[in-house]
Amino acid sequence: MTMKASTRQIDGVAIVDCSGRITLGEGSVVLRDTVRDLLSKGQKKILLNLADVNYIDSSGIGELVSAFTTVRNQGGELKLLNLTKKVHDLLQITKLYTVFDVKDEESAAVKAFG
Amino acid sequence: MDSTLETVDTAEQTATRIALESGFDEDQVTQIAMAVREAAVNAVLHGNAYDPDKKVRFDFERTGGELVITIRDQGKGLDPAKIPDPLSPENLLKTSGRGIFLIRSFMDKVEIHPSQTGTEIKLIKHVHGEAAGGKEASQ
Repeated sequence: MTMKASTRQIDGVAIVDCSGRITLGEGSVVLRDTVRDLLSKGQKKILLNLADVNYIDSSGIGELVSAFTTVRNQGGELKLLNLTKKVHDLLQITKLYTVFDVKDEESAAVKAFG
Repeated sequence: MDSTLETVDTAEQTATRIALESGFDEDQVTQIAMAVREAAVNAVLHGNAYDPDKKVRFDFERTGGELVITIRDQGKGLDPAKIPDPLSPENLLKTSGRGIFLIRSFMDKVEIHPSQTGTEIKLIKHVHGEAAGGKEASQ
């Protein structure tokens, strides 16, 4: 299953509901294009909801890092929401879990944006 | 097999099937399949650089208490000594360079044999459940 992403707005935060696999190729491109599109529209508070992302490879991890640094470099914030166990474990072993701001409750995550 | 993303997906699917047949649990199957996927990406992308004239060979072998997966490309040869540590602070926010680290994290033993005609990477996982011996290859 390739990755799908749909965006909704709550209190000025763009919540991107991602599903499927974020892997080399199409999955990574979908994520990259979605984040770039939001930034181009001036949307700099981005919450990636990964509840339905059941698989991510090293390219997908790289794409998350790229999204995080790209948003931050433009003065924005990118947070992660609802990690599955597989994604959580991958971010732990790559020491990225503490780099990302990871949330597990949507309304609290939205309020956490500055 | 051809140096394409389809080959990467096929290798991952084959690894999943063989790992299941070998008696690994769900988490181990995921780890083996991901290690094979990462090795396949390295072979297709970094080794053969999507060159249609270069192939990737996969061998899956169940012997005794081990599943041994060997992946060979026809690239310039990967020097393991030159792979940066993705966990060091200066590399933590890099967007690539985690593939070999994940492979080493998920497998019990990893051997990398670079040469001028390509790289061979051998992934070994100890089987704890019941497993039948056997060999499969795709070229």
